[in-house]
Amino acid sequence: MWAYIVRRCAVGLALLLALTLVTFALFFASPVDPARFACGKNCSEQQRDQARKALGYDKPVYEQWGNFVKGVVVGRDFPADPELRAAAPEVVTHCEAPCLGYSHLNARTVNELVKDAAPVSISLAVVALVMWLIGGVLFGILAAVTKGSFMDRGIVGLTLVAYAFPTFFIAVFFLKYLAVKWQVMPYPAYTSIEEGGIAAWMLNLLMPSFTLALVFMAGYVRMTRAFVLESMTEDYIRTARAKGLQGRKVLFKHGLRAALTPLVTMVGLDFAALLAGAIITESVFAYPGLGLLTVQASAAYDLPTIIGVVILAGSFVILANIIVDISYAFIDPRVRLG
Amino acid sequence: MEAFLTVDDLKVHFPTVDGVVKATDGLSFGLARGKTLGIVGESGSGKSVSSSAILGLHRGTNAVVSGEIRLDGNNLLALSDEEMRMRRGKEVAMIFQDPLSSLHPYFTIGNQIAEAYLVHHKVSKSAARTRVVEMLDRVGIPQADRRLNDYPHQFSGGMRQRAMIAMALINDPSLVIADEPTTALDVTVQAQILDLLQDLQRDFNTAIILITHDLGVVAEMADDVLVMYAGRAVEYGPCKEILTHPEMPYTWGLLSSAPDLTASTSGRLLPIPGTPPSLLNPPSGCPFHPRCTHRDKVPGDLCRTTLPELLPGHHREDHTKRCHLADPDTVFRTEILPNLAPELVEESS
Ligand SMILES: Nc1ncnc2c1ncn2[C@@H]1O[C@H](COP(=O)(O)OP(=O)(O)OP(=O)(O)O)[C@@H](O)[C@H]1O
Ligand SMILES: [Mg+2]
Repeated sequence: MWAYIVRRCAVGLALLLALTLVTFALFFASPVDPARFACGKNCSEQQRDQARKALGYDKPVYEQWGNFVKGVVVGRDFPADPELRAAAPEVVTHCEAPCLGYSHLNARTVNELVKDAAPVSISLAVVALVMWLIGGVLFGILAAVTKGSFMDRGIVGLTLVAYAFPTFFIAVFFLKYLAVKWQVMPYPAYTSIEEGGIAAWMLNLLMPSFTLALVFMAGYVRMTRAFVLESMTEDYIRTARAKGLQGRKVLFKHGLRAALTPLVTMVGLDFAALLAGAIITESVFAYPGLGLLTVQASAAYDLPTIIGVVILAGSFVILANIIVDISYAFIDPRVRLG
Repeated sequence: MEAFLTVDDLKVHFPTVDGVVKATDGLSFGLARGKTLGIVGESGSGKSVSSSAILGLHRGTNAVVSGEIRLDGNNLLALSDEEMRMRRGKEVAMIFQDPLSSLHPYFTIGNQIAEAYLVHHKVSKSAARTRVVEMLDRVGIPQADRRLNDYPHQFSGGMRQRAMIAMALINDPSLVIADEPTTALDVTVQAQILDLLQDLQRDFNTAIILITHDLGVVAEMADDVLVMYAGRAVEYGPCKEILTHPEMPYTWGLLSSAPDLTASTSGRLLPIPGTPPSLLNPPSGCPFHPRCTHRDKVPGDLCRTTLPELLPGHHREDHTKRCHLADPDTVFRTEILPNLAPELVEESS
């Protein structure tokens, strides 16, 4: 068991390293010159070279990558150029391990940017997860046990509607009607728990999280419905009925136990992907989470921030994979880790 | 002897988009306490569907079940769902084919067997556990008090089948339906399992319906035999009668294709030509006629046009068969018997 966990983590680390390398290679293969962006439109050739040197973009890719990885492990100082640091010690910023880089545009380390944005994305994701899990599983079971009925068709039809409308449409729709026109909900603005307490935090999250949850919920309703229907045709369900077990026990003990197990994988991966930010939802609601940070960084070609966030997102997914695999050893007795 | 179980004109029909699948179509038989009925027939002949009907397992599905099933005087088909549920596992229990898929992969063996006991007995969990250990001991699982914490995949095929038997017998049911209990097992384990069933039957006077492809098993275990083809009984009677004086070409086919009964020296294994019929569009007349090599012995087009009645044959009143052949006995003696095992030839001559 422990050997397995250690091995999985080692593989995860290697994967992460590969991810950073690929990310670096990709951005340096792109035709855009980051120095031009950093220096501005009316930059002379000479100024641009200076900026490039100051930002460390004059170094070969592998060296920049090496510096990045080193920064993640032991931290680093910015600006990257040692001469510059020596010449102007007052502008040196220390970025502690695990250092994700320094955004010249924001004049802050990427760690600080992430630290500000992450609580927003995590809050959105957690509340959305609770909503879509409860809604998805409950409606999925309901549709499965009433298969073919009006109820089932209604639920399945609604999931199609949720699929069909793009997230930004739903978000704008909620904002326009619920918040602006009818004013049944306050216009959502992220409020942290420290600022406004749990109630305000929650109230402001309801609309954006529900928007986010809606599409996932539709998927989970369909999946739960399919898994329950499938598991109820298994031979062991017939055995359970043949024992004389009550119908609801057959469904809730024997049926759901098998039906919901595959959901664990999906939940783990979906949640991990969401942690790195819900780009559309955060943009429409102007929630300053990792998604919005990514959008802004991309628009401004803020290379260090983009790289930092991409790698953070990658590590969430890798970590979630490891956790899901390990948790399977506890959920499914047939899985033996070794 | 008064029959403990009587099945009368049982029909199980499945409406599908392509039409009605008549998986069981007018089946009748009886069974006394302590006796064994063997049901044989090729895959898809409706053995499992028919016996599931006795447990009421088609309730809540789209199957249409009609006819009468009397157990100890009660018509099971007329019971409410709740009344039927109370009898399931208690009075009638089933040992399913394929124990690996019939046991739940996520619960321990002990948990699953105890559950069967707890549904019908108001006792503590630890009392149920004691009972489970006792049953697992009884069916020959070594170190039962430890093995009951195992999951099904940790058991061998034979042990899983034993566990299934323990689960079926834990409430001392008066009728046990064993659906191919030994198909997946090797010969030694197969013999052990059959012995076990016979022992338990002797001790508890249980009536057993034994479903199998294997006529060798039937010869060893059954008092009566019912041969099924396309959802119907085609031959029915005392086991010894049917094995020594079969009167229906389909039964001959089963005998000739049974490795246990066909002598390797004198006879060859003769598979029945053709494939089992579709239950959606069964052949007209006798459903076996397209595969029957003896149909030209029947005058006219009778086999193709008319379904033969299930009527007493030439030997005994209680041996019935569905066949138009005028003198099946002679055909069997001259054409079929020489290919069968020598013991059988001696016995019947
Ligand atoms: N729910 C259902 N809907 C439609 N057809 C069904 C259904 N259940 C069973 N059948 C059909 O009924 C027929 C009889 O099936 P059954 O399982 O009783 O066969 P069997 O004699 O037990 O075969 P085997 O020896 O392979 O177990 C099969 O042709 C099967 O396709
Ligand atoms: Mg079967």
